Amino acid sequence: MQVGVRSRAEKIRSAAFGYANVVPFVFFALFPFYYMVITSLKNDAELYDLKSVPFLIQTGVITDHYRYLFGKTEFFTWMKNSLIISVVATSVSLVIAILAGYSLARLRFRGVSSFGTAVFITYLVPPTLLFLPLSQVVVWLGLSDTIWSLIVTYPTFLVPFSTWLLMGYFRTIPREVEECALVDGASRIQTLLRIVLPMALPGIVCCTLFGFTLTWNEFTYALTFVSQTANKTAVVGVTADLIRGDIYYWGSLMAGAVVASLPIVIVYVWFLDYYVSGLTAGAVKG
Amino acid sequence: MAVGQRLLLIVGLVAYPFAMAIYFSLSDYWVGSPGRFIGLQNFRDVLGNEIFRQTVQNSFVFAGIAVALKTVLGIWLAMLLFRPLRFKRLVRAAVLLPWVIPTALSTLAWGWMFDSLYSVVNWTAIHLGIVSPPGPNWLGMPAYAMTAVITVNVWRGLPFFAITVLAGLVSIPREYYEAAEVDGAGSWGGFRHVTLPLLKPVLAVVVLFSTIFTFSDFNIVQVLTRGGPVNTTHLFATLAYQVGLSGGNLGQGAAISLFLFPMLAAIVFVQLRYIRRE
Repeated sequence: MQVGVRSRAEKIRSAAFGYANVVPFVFFALFPFYYMVITSLKNDAELYDLKSVPFLIQTGVITDHYRYLFGKTEFFTWMKNSLIISVVATSVSLVIAILAGYSLARLRFRGVSSFGTAVFITYLVPPTLLFLPLSQVVVWLGLSDTIWSLIVTYPTFLVPFSTWLLMGYFRTIPREVEECALVDGASRIQTLLRIVLPMALPGIVCCTLFGFTLTWNEFTYALTFVSQTANKTAVVGVTADLIRGDIYYWGSLMAGAVVASLPIVIVYVWFLDYYVSGLTAGAVKG
Repeated sequence: MAVGQRLLLIVGLVAYPFAMAIYFSLSDYWVGSPGRFIGLQNFRDVLGNEIFRQTVQNSFVFAGIAVALKTVLGIWLAMLLFRPLRFKRLVRAAVLLPWVIPTALSTLAWGWMFDSLYSVVNWTAIHLGIVSPPGPNWLGMPAYAMTAVITVNVWRGLPFFAITVLAGLVSIPREYYEAAEVDGAGSWGGFRHVTLPLLKPVLAVVVLFSTIFTFSDFNIVQVLTRGGPVNTTHLFATLAYQVGLSGGNLGQGAAISLFLFPMLAAIVFVQLRYIRRE
């Protein structure tokens, strides 16, 4: 009995220890978002009052910053641009990655392993190493200052990443399943569409989610290739164009940050488990 | 052959701009004027430049401290998340959030938290009696600005470490701990002799990945400090942006960003040589 009692006390102590240590991490992770939201709902008088408590909204919730954002800025256009760019770039990259990833995982031809290694290396090259030459490629293609400059360049990081992730998924599908389909007279493409893709669905969902997140969040290329306000993405528009002169209007800036993050938050909440598995499976860029 | 072409396309997507970066760095290419070949002149100029040397130092301080903090805190957080915990899914979702939200936007929020006049960090510290008013000007003083960009980088990168290490922890068989306990190892002994050695492959991958992307970071510094005050937080990418695009000297900008390459090459070498073999 003595042992049982002690272990129960120990269990409680251990649980309390666990919570006491997790709470600071959760607070650290979430506080900037909490602060973003309450800043966007406060009036300027309270925001810039040194005597007010910054953690609270004391003089009433207002929506002026949001109304300013939608009424007086190009915010809506930026969101639309981001959506078009993310959807097109992600879909195109996904199709290329499915074909390439499948080839690498399945087909046997000379040099396939060194190609695998090459894809792995391209996947490691950081975009900040390539943004200067790409800015000139965009000019030569006559796409500078358009949303197409981003649709065309985002596959440079999306395709290697998606190919790498999908290769892993394709490898887990037993070869025999496909061989049965081939024996029954299906072509390679039919086998891919009817057998392999449905089985690799979690991987494809994962790729789509990460592709959408990476393109929506992308900052370096979007800042570099587009300077016309009407063609900016949501992330760059909020970061660069809501600052008038040298003055930061924190209320509207934070309102912009909140709304521009929302699509990602919604997708994230719906597909949380895919994010976790994708992160651990692919050792994604972080 | 069609397959080969597709794969060439993928490699070309990166190899072509990379080859161009090398070509730019060897020419006096300015925005709007195709340059001529000038050999290693850009690299000589860059190496002789005081701001560049400051940037090299910044990069090592930034990446060194940030990666070390992310590793230690990441292991710690992963072990906490590994314990039986109520609301586990919710906690995991919360902890992963900084990694998912657009970095430029969350960094903007950090910029407001480090505001020179209305900083919530200072407000809290003053009311807790840790600092005397008005508190440090976070983004205006070199050491504080570096602390700020490292803090934001750790905040953003920690989820990646924690979640990946957690996956590593889950895969360690319980029997190993039981065996260690039978051999008289305490919880520290179990950590040192079971957890750490078995986590090594996972940790190696995460640390190498993170090192590449911390060194080549652009978003956080560009939004928070633009390399200031007086270039003390410039990293390779932000300096390359300033010289190559704001300044228009594409040749020199490309030379600066190419300094990321030796580090990348070394890490790829280690990855291929030791990790993928296992």
